[in-house]
Amino acid sequence: MSQEKIIRVMVAKPGLDGHDRGAKVIARALRDAGMEVIYTGLRQTPEQIVTAALQEDVAALLLSILSGAHNHLFPRVMQLLKEKGGENILVIGGGVIPQDDIPGLKNAGIREIFGPGTSTEVIVNFIKENAH
Amino acid sequence: MHTEQLIDGVLKGNIRAIARLISIVENELPEAAQAMRSIFPHTGNAYTIGFTGPPGAGKSTLVDKVTLTLCRQGKKVGIVAVDPSSPFSGGALLGDRIRMRDISLEKDVFIRSLSTRGNMGGLSRAAGDIAKILDASGKDAVIIETVGVGQDEVDIFRTADTSVLVLMPGAGDDIQSIKAGIMEIADIFVVNKSDREGADGLIKSIQQLLDSNPNPGPWRPPIVRSIAVQGEGIDELLSAVQSHREFLVAGGFLAARRKERLRAEIIRLVERRISKLIQTQLRHNGRFDALMEKVIAREEDPYSCIDRIVGPLEKE
Ligand SMILES: Nc1nc2c(ncn2[C@@H]2O[C@H](COP(=O)(O)OP(=O)(O)O)[C@@H](O)[C@H]2O)c(=O)[nH]1
Ligand SMILES: [Mg+2]
Repeated sequence: MSQEKIIRVMVAKPGLDGHDRGAKVIARALRDAGMEVIYTGLRQTPEQIVTAALQEDVAALLLSILSGAHNHLFPRVMQLLKEKGGENILVIGGGVIPQDDIPGLKNAGIREIFGPGTSTEVIVNFIKENAH
Repeated sequence: MHTEQLIDGVLKGNIRAIARLISIVENELPEAAQAMRSIFPHTGNAYTIGFTGPPGAGKSTLVDKVTLTLCRQGKKVGIVAVDPSSPFSGGALLGDRIRMRDISLEKDVFIRSLSTRGNMGGLSRAAGDIAKILDASGKDAVIIETVGVGQDEVDIFRTADTSVLVLMPGAGDDIQSIKAGIMEIADIFVVNKSDREGADGLIKSIQQLLDSNPNPGPWRPPIVRSIAVQGEGIDELLSAVQSHREFLVAGGFLAARRKERLRAEIIRLVERRISKLIQTQLRHNGRFDALMEKVIAREEDPYSCIDRIVGPLEKE
């Protein structure tokens, strides 16, 4: 048994888009990299996501979205996290997000955005290096 | 956060504090023991209910509906949802929350997902401590969901105040697939997914099993039929839990169960501590390696070797 601390991550799907294949692929990759991955299913509101992330005491939160509502939903998640004492959680975004929107999201506190083609290894490593 | 502040937060029901302390205990950080010492006097108020059964039987869905009903009655509920870790990576995919959506925003509900982390004996310790933290945080009920496969999970199930075994029709030999010993300790059977074919047959085989018990106890486990996704059978399940609770209290069995739970827990902790002690002692001074060499050279036999290791401890 390794003494290394096990990283807990939550993979969440905010917004109304109806499939989560991509999110599940990432969730499995994170598990296979030795992380404990809390997956909450489709169509989660920012309130639900933040409540779960706090209760689960995750080090990282991955928001995956396809519907295009990221400019509204991501900052809302960040705001709630701040209000409720979850500002230490590393938040990253994934899914279909136009380049032009990225600076605004990072400004809101999202640490990194990973586009659809990103290899899961890159995401795993980013979390390992930045979550604590 | 300082440990004292943390404890204070837990006792006040603060979400961050509860979540932090659970992590500390789960990771066995140095401050865990002291924290649990401070927590312990505030435990013993929550009623614990164990849900177990094969994957996919509908445990999480049931827990969701049961908890929602309890919330409507003004109760506060803590939930520990345990899923197995991957034997290969040690990681885990914890998905019980997917089916616990109705209660995801309830103010008085706290849900924590827990992985088995593949360590023998560790799960029941962690789950027990988490249950205590939730208890101390003011929950009226603590629900523990496990997949009834490992010995640890059987132990958890055994020590709940009321143990609910969830089964579903299909798979024919469903009952056989449950770990030996689990059927015997269930206080309530739930036949979920009774919208599916085979529910009557399953109920019949459970009844046969209960009838064939050569020395039945004073409590005959009721069989509740449910369709969790539609919220059907939830009231019946809750009233079965209530009846069982009244039965335990009236007969003095509740106190006995809780005593047994504490006893098992203390023994577990003692075993863990002793085994750690022996392991570190052996490793550190190289005595074990020296003894091993002798055994390999046939100058010493394994049995005397054990005497040399454990003997000094026994004398105390
Ligand atoms: N048909 C039917 N499906 C159900 C019922 N209860 C739960 N399910 C479904 O069964 C699947 C597994 O449920 P879940 O609660 O996750 O089971 P668990 O693995 O035992 O926790 C989910 O897709 C549920 O929606 C039921 O009463 N009838
Ligand atoms: Mg489940």
